[in-house]
Amino acid sequence: MSVRLDENVLEMRNISKSFPGVQALDDVSISVKPGTVHALMGENGAGKSTLMKCLFGIYHQELGEIVLDGQQVSLNSPQEALRKGISMIHQELQPIKERDIAENIYLGRYPMSKIPFLIDHKKLYQDTSELLESLDMHFDPHTKLADLSVSQMQSVEIAKAVSMNAKVVIMDEPTSSLTENEVESLFKIINNLKAKGVAIIYISHKMEEILKISDEVTIMRDGKYVGTWKASELTTDLIISKMVGRELTNRFPARHNTPGEVIFEVRDFTSIHEKSFREVSFSVKKGEIFGIGGLVGAQRTELMEAIFGLRHITKGEVIYKGQTLNIKSPKDAIKKGIALLTEDRRGSGIFSVLSVADNVSIASLHQYVDHLVMLNSKKINNLVDENVQKLNIKTPDNKTLIQSLSGGNQQKVIISRWLANNPDVFILDEPTRGIDVGAKYEIYTIITKLAEEGKSIIMISSEMPELLGMSDRIMVMCEGRVSGIVDGKSTTQEEIMALATKYM
Amino acid sequence: MGFINKLQEKFQNLISTFTNRDKFVKALFNNAILIVLLAIVVFVGIRNPNYLSPQNLITLSVNAAPRFIIALGVSGCLITRGTDLSAGRMVGMAGCISASLCQRLDFAGRLHAWLPDMGNHEVYWVIGVILFTIICCCLVGLISGSIVAFLKVPPFIATLGMQQIIYSFNMIYTKSQPIGALRSSFLTLAKGITIPWIDLGKGRFMSIPYMFILMILIGIIFWFLYNKTRHGKYMYAIGGNEVAAEVSGINTKIMLLKIYCLAGGMYAIGGMLQAAKAGAASLSLGQGYELEAIAACTIGGVSTTGGVGKVSGILTGVLVFELLKSALLFLGVDSNYNFMVQGLVILVAVAFDIRKYIAKK
Repeated sequence: MSVRLDENVLEMRNISKSFPGVQALDDVSISVKPGTVHALMGENGAGKSTLMKCLFGIYHQELGEIVLDGQQVSLNSPQEALRKGISMIHQELQPIKERDIAENIYLGRYPMSKIPFLIDHKKLYQDTSELLESLDMHFDPHTKLADLSVSQMQSVEIAKAVSMNAKVVIMDEPTSSLTENEVESLFKIINNLKAKGVAIIYISHKMEEILKISDEVTIMRDGKYVGTWKASELTTDLIISKMVGRELTNRFPARHNTPGEVIFEVRDFTSIHEKSFREVSFSVKKGEIFGIGGLVGAQRTELMEAIFGLRHITKGEVIYKGQTLNIKSPKDAIKKGIALLTEDRRGSGIFSVLSVADNVSIASLHQYVDHLVMLNSKKINNLVDENVQKLNIKTPDNKTLIQSLSGGNQQKVIISRWLANNPDVFILDEPTRGIDVGAKYEIYTIITKLAEEGKSIIMISSEMPELLGMSDRIMVMCEGRVSGIVDGKSTTQEEIMALATKYM
Repeated sequence: MGFINKLQEKFQNLISTFTNRDKFVKALFNNAILIVLLAIVVFVGIRNPNYLSPQNLITLSVNAAPRFIIALGVSGCLITRGTDLSAGRMVGMAGCISASLCQRLDFAGRLHAWLPDMGNHEVYWVIGVILFTIICCCLVGLISGSIVAFLKVPPFIATLGMQQIIYSFNMIYTKSQPIGALRSSFLTLAKGITIPWIDLGKGRFMSIPYMFILMILIGIIFWFLYNKTRHGKYMYAIGGNEVAAEVSGINTKIMLLKIYCLAGGMYAIGGMLQAAKAGAASLSLGQGYELEAIAACTIGGVSTTGGVGKVSGILTGVLVFELLKSALLFLGVDSNYNFMVQGLVILVAVAFDIRKYIAKK
């Protein structure tokens, strides 16, 4: 595994980066040779994206150095990274859809004509044609991006990287929304790039793909570097064991809940979107913590939002205490005693400009109406005080704006918002995302207590230890389908990882 | 005891505001608008004491009343991250509809020849007209609200379209003629309760305008609505985070309908007050009022990014404009400068106000 230094186009040496409460990267090093595909693998939260954001100038590492072509560089912005020959193909492409291919590729660096201020359109389209031809892409440079498929947009994005003379191209889950044929053509382009001497850092969860396309594989875990291997030396099982190989420590409270009879059942749930969840059936018992595992993009969130009335389905039913529910909106779901803690706390959880009190009480105000329309402030204040105390929410007072609280406390506020409605089924979507370790334990304790009180908990989690440490049973999803339901005590990380990639 | 402690605490806070430099500067920034307001009053009051005379205060309150009521209407739209550009034209519509139905029977040039003779019960007719006008405007508000809530047209565009439609309706309805010669019962709206013990000299007595009373009343109702009812809480929630509001079980569409409908009702009241004040209504009634109402709300701290805004702030914003207009008059400034000064005040006030939020980051 010893490589000569001068052979590497890129070296990231001993990179460390922390966020409040998390050591995201801890002494990570990676070396990439020109004309190769270097795969970067790890579970969600292993630090792959953070590392790449450091490379692309979005974040700045606290320790460590980046060496490009033998020269130490400091990358303070994506623009600087682009100038120095590093390009990134994001998972979510952000093209300017209403402009054509040529304009998208040369945006911000249009060829100028001899007359001041005027763009040399002839050269623009000529250059684009030549560029596309050299990459074996057969597009008309005048095509609007909106008229292209996702994979074609991706090709344009890659062409743009080449046009900027990129030495290193980062591809973050480039195949997540591609069909099999499209993946094939992407691989052709990648091989094309390799032949031109471009180095590609390839992030993906899909084992087969990795083994097929990459030359070297670096595996990360918990923000740490695990190792680098030649792809030919690896197998799927080997990669999984290296990705998850860690000891489970006592990070979870003891559970004394006893699952009873089935009270909540989902049958045959199928989305209106072809690529989303299909024919999902499962049942949850009273007092049970039912974990849902899978990789990002397995459509778990979409499924839960559909159950809660936020998304449409073509078929499927929810049976609750023997009764078929007709849920058309969150309001209906809430009335029946279902609560949903959403994944995106900032986007669909907190009301950042409102107070803690308003944030706690907003979903249960109907309980506090006196004299026709007037709200009983005293009762509302009691409710808030009670919850702040019970869940140990750290806030100066109830009138403080929720945005000034820490992530963990914000999460507790939203949990208490739902507790105020006394639901029986609690859907928690990534309940500890972005929360520091101490607050995580508190959230786990709350979840455990709720289950002990006989509430049914459905918990989506992308963190393997959390899933294993908290769940009575675990349902694993892959590509919108249920790939298995396993017992939380007897299962292993390897089994779940295998199920999570079953249909890929 | 609790109350006394609270009072003591507030007093200590006040003292420390004046002794602690940082706190003082912060307080200065946070209350910039109020300070500007106070400065205008003191400056003009010294230059021309008549500025603070009871007579001028009455004029001020009568001018402020319809503006405040209209601004309250718009505030709901603004707080939910929307806007209502049709406000001014709806004010005009309300003025024209109500005035046309309240023209005197002895006036030959009245718009509707069929107006009934109610004899001594004229007042019931006028009350009926007022209610009818409010309902008309609520319905128009409901249409705007539906376009925003169900068709998902951005409020700026939706209400811009409504503005044009309503203006055209006004033209067709009034045949572009001014509507005057209104019944005395209708004009009563612009009168007030005389207070016999405050003598203004020359046999005139102080009187409290009904408009002023109405403005205070509606202000109080809105304060309760915004702070003590589900309607208010849901409105702030939608403005703060519409997706989270939906997840929390709030029917956001119905809420938007209610808000635009209520706004319509407020424009109706504002329009009728203006018509009564002027003794007539015409096409130009209400022109540009929406912009002044939005400006007043913004100056009063209604956030353009939604979820924030207080009734007291809206009142402050309206008063800034009315005091300013009156001040310019009293200072003898050429009225051509009015809009320039108003524009400057908007820019300065909001630039100051926004510093509060910038500093927080």
